Amino acid sequence: MSVLTVSGSPHLQTDQSVSKIMYGVVFSLIPAMLVSFYFFGLAAILVTITAVVACMAFEFLIQKYLIRGPLTIFDGSALITGILLAFNVPASLPLWMVVVGSAAAIGMGKMTFGGLGKNPFNPALVGRVFLMISFPVEMTSWPLPSAFSTKLTDAVTGPTALAIWKDGVGQGNTVDQVMADLPEYAQLLIGNMGGSIGEISALALLLGGVYMLVRKIITWHIPVAYLGSVVVFAGVFWLIDPTYYIDPLFHLISGGLMLGALYMATDMVTSPMSARGQIVFGIGCGVVTMVIRLFGAYPEGVSFAILIMNAFVPIINKGMKPKRFGEEVKHG
Amino acid sequence: MGGVHPPENKITASRHIEELPVPGTVTIPISQHLGVPASPVVAKGDRVLTGQLIARGGGFISAHIHSSVTGKVVKIDDMMDSSGYRRKSVVIQTEADEWAEGIDLDAGIVRGCDLDGAAIVRKVNDMGIVGLGGATFPSHVKLMVPKGKKADYLIVNGVECEPYLTADHRLMLEKGEEILVGISIQMKALGVEQAIIGIESNKPDAIEVMGRLAASHAGVRVEALEVKYPQGAEKQLIKAAIGREVPSGKLPIEVGCVVHNVGTAFAVYEAVQKNMPLIRRVVTVAGKSMNKPGNFMVRIGTPVSALIEAAGGLPEDTGKVINGGPMMGKALNDLGVPVTKGTSGILVFTEMESHRKPVVACIRCGRCTTVCPMGLEPYLLSALSEKNRNEECEQERIMDCMECGSCMYICPSGRPLLDLMRVGKSRVGKIIRERTH
Repeated sequence: MSVLTVSGSPHLQTDQSVSKIMYGVVFSLIPAMLVSFYFFGLAAILVTITAVVACMAFEFLIQKYLIRGPLTIFDGSALITGILLAFNVPASLPLWMVVVGSAAAIGMGKMTFGGLGKNPFNPALVGRVFLMISFPVEMTSWPLPSAFSTKLTDAVTGPTALAIWKDGVGQGNTVDQVMADLPEYAQLLIGNMGGSIGEISALALLLGGVYMLVRKIITWHIPVAYLGSVVVFAGVFWLIDPTYYIDPLFHLISGGLMLGALYMATDMVTSPMSARGQIVFGIGCGVVTMVIRLFGAYPEGVSFAILIMNAFVPIINKGMKPKRFGEEVKHG
Repeated sequence: MGGVHPPENKITASRHIEELPVPGTVTIPISQHLGVPASPVVAKGDRVLTGQLIARGGGFISAHIHSSVTGKVVKIDDMMDSSGYRRKSVVIQTEADEWAEGIDLDAGIVRGCDLDGAAIVRKVNDMGIVGLGGATFPSHVKLMVPKGKKADYLIVNGVECEPYLTADHRLMLEKGEEILVGISIQMKALGVEQAIIGIESNKPDAIEVMGRLAASHAGVRVEALEVKYPQGAEKQLIKAAIGREVPSGKLPIEVGCVVHNVGTAFAVYEAVQKNMPLIRRVVTVAGKSMNKPGNFMVRIGTPVSALIEAAGGLPEDTGKVINGGPMMGKALNDLGVPVTKGTSGILVFTEMESHRKPVVACIRCGRCTTVCPMGLEPYLLSALSEKNRNEECEQERIMDCMECGSCMYICPSGRPLLDLMRVGKSRVGKIIRERTH
C-alpha cells in the first residue's frame, strides 16, 4: 500500500457503461439487419456500410478539427446513428445521398449541439428528413423485396403497403378492394414488403426490442405507449368506418412504426427522463403518427411524429416530474 | 420505488462475532453522535475504569461518553477522527479491565424490566446510547414521543442493505433474545403496542431466528423485505414495513413511527438490564483481499489499524479503506483513527476497486431518476448544483436527498452526481438556515 485513495461515496459503480449500452442496441439490431439484407440484397448492405462509415467519419472530423475535443467515435453512438439512418432510407438510394444524409445526421443533428447527450432531435431522423426534403423522388421509390440479390440498379420499385392503402381509399376504393393489392399480413410481419431498409420486418424488430427490454437497455414505457396509442387511434376510426379506415393490426406491422417505436422513439438522449414523461411522449408519438397517416399528405408519419415529440421533451421533463417520496401524505 | 442491486458480497455472514482484545491505547472522541459534543469530566493524569463516564452530554440532543477501557488519561486533545477532521478526544493508556460499579457482566439474559417509561429513557440517556445504524442520533431523544404526537409502531431496522456489512446480521443470530428484550423495553418507553423487525429476505436465517424468538414477545413481529438498496434507509423501511410515507423534511413520528436499529436495541438491552454503557459495538471488517475478514466486538476508541490487523492485516495492493459500507461509507486517509459508536464496518478495497470509472457525457438515460428512492432527478439536481442555481435546487427538493448514492452507482456515464449534489445541499442548507434565523 502506498497512498490511500479518498473519494466521496458511493464507492461502488455499475459495470454498465455508455458504450456497453450502445453496442447492446447494435447487437439487438442484427435480426432486423439480416432480414433487410436478405430482401434488399447487396444494395442494402452497401447503403448500411456507407452510412456507418460516413457517420463515424463525420463525427471524427468534426470532433478533431471543429470542436477539437476528445474523440468518442468508438462509443457506439455514431455507429447506431449510421445503422438507423440506413434503416430509414430505401435500399436504392444513391450512395452519395447516403453520405449527405450522414453529414446532416451527425453534423446538424448531433455535433451542432455539442455531441452525444446534448442533441434535442434524433440524429438519424434529422438525416432522414433532410434527405426526404432534398431528394423526394429518390427517397420515395421503394425497391420491392426479393430473395437475396447482388443487383445494384434497376430494382423493381413499388409503393409501400401504407401508400397502397392510402392511395387506394383516396381513389374511392373500399378497404376490401384495396386488400387485394396488399401483401398478406404474415408477409408484412416477416418483412416481405417494400419500404426503407430496416423498417420492414416487424417480427425481427420485436425480437430486438425484447432483447433490449430484457437487458434493461430500454424500458417498456415508450414502445407500449406508442404502439398502444396507435392501436387505440386506428381502432376508433376503423370501428367508425371499416370500409375507409384499415384495421389497427395493419398499422402496427406496416411502415416504420416498429422501427420507430422500438428504436427511434426510445433514443435515450431525445426522450423524457421520467416514466410518466415517457408514457406521455409515447402517446404523443402515436397520436401524431396516426394523424399524419390518416389525414396527412404523407402516407407515413413516424419520423415526423418522433421529431415533433422530441421538441416537446424539455417541456415534458419540466411538467412530468417523478412522484416524489412523501408527496402524497398518507395517514393510516 | 427506486433502489439498486449492487453485488451483496456478504462474505462475513457466517463469521461469528469475535471479541477484539483491548488495544494499548484508545482514542475516544467527545463527539460521536449527532448534536452537541459532550464535555470531558476527566483530566489528563486521571485513572478511569471501564464504563466510567468521561464526558457529559451537553444539551437535549447530545450523548454521554464513557471510557471503554481501564487506564490512565494521557491526553485530552484534538485528534483526527474518521470524518477527517480533528476533534477533541480523550486518549487513554490501557491496563487490565476493572469495571465501573454496577455493571452486570454475567452472560445470563435478564428479561423482566420494572422500570417505567421515564426511567428507561433516563437510563438510556445515562448509558450514552446512540443510534448504531450509522446516523448516531441520541437514542433517548427518539424514545420520547413529542407532545401532540403519537407513536403506533416501533420499527426495528435489521435490514443491513449495505453490501459487505454483516454486523447486524450476526448480532441478530447471536444476540437475538437480548435484542428482543431491548425491543420490548423500547416499546414500553414509547408506549406502543406493536413492533416490526424489518429484515431483508437475503438473511433467511436471521428471519427464522428472530421470528421464532419474537413469538414469545407480545406485539413483536418480523417482516421479510425485498432485497434492494437502500431498503434500510429510515423512510424507505417505514414505507416497506407499514406502507406510510414520511413527508418531506419531517420525522418518522409524523406517521406514527419510531425507528431503531437492531444494534441499538441490543445496546438498550445492555444499558437498561445490565447497566452497560455504550463502550463497544460489532464492526464488520471485510474486503475481497482480506485474509481473515470477520465480525468483531470492538471497544470504542480502538484504532482502525488494530481492527485490520485482527482481520489478517492490510493487503499489499490496498487502494482504499472505507469507514462504513461501500455505498455510504467514508474513505479514510489515516488508519490510526478510532472506531466510534457509528462505525458499522471497515472495508478494504484493492487498488483496482478504488478508482472511479472515467466520466463521459450524460446520455439522458434517466436511470438516476428511476433508481432514486426519494423520487428526485439527480441529473437535474447535479446540473443545477454545478451551475450554482440554488433556488431551483431547493424547489427540486435537493434537501430530500439522503446521499444513498444509488444515482451515482447506476450512472453508465460515471458522472459524479452525488459529489455535485452534496455541494448543492450544503449551499441550500446554509440558505435555509439563514432564512430561518
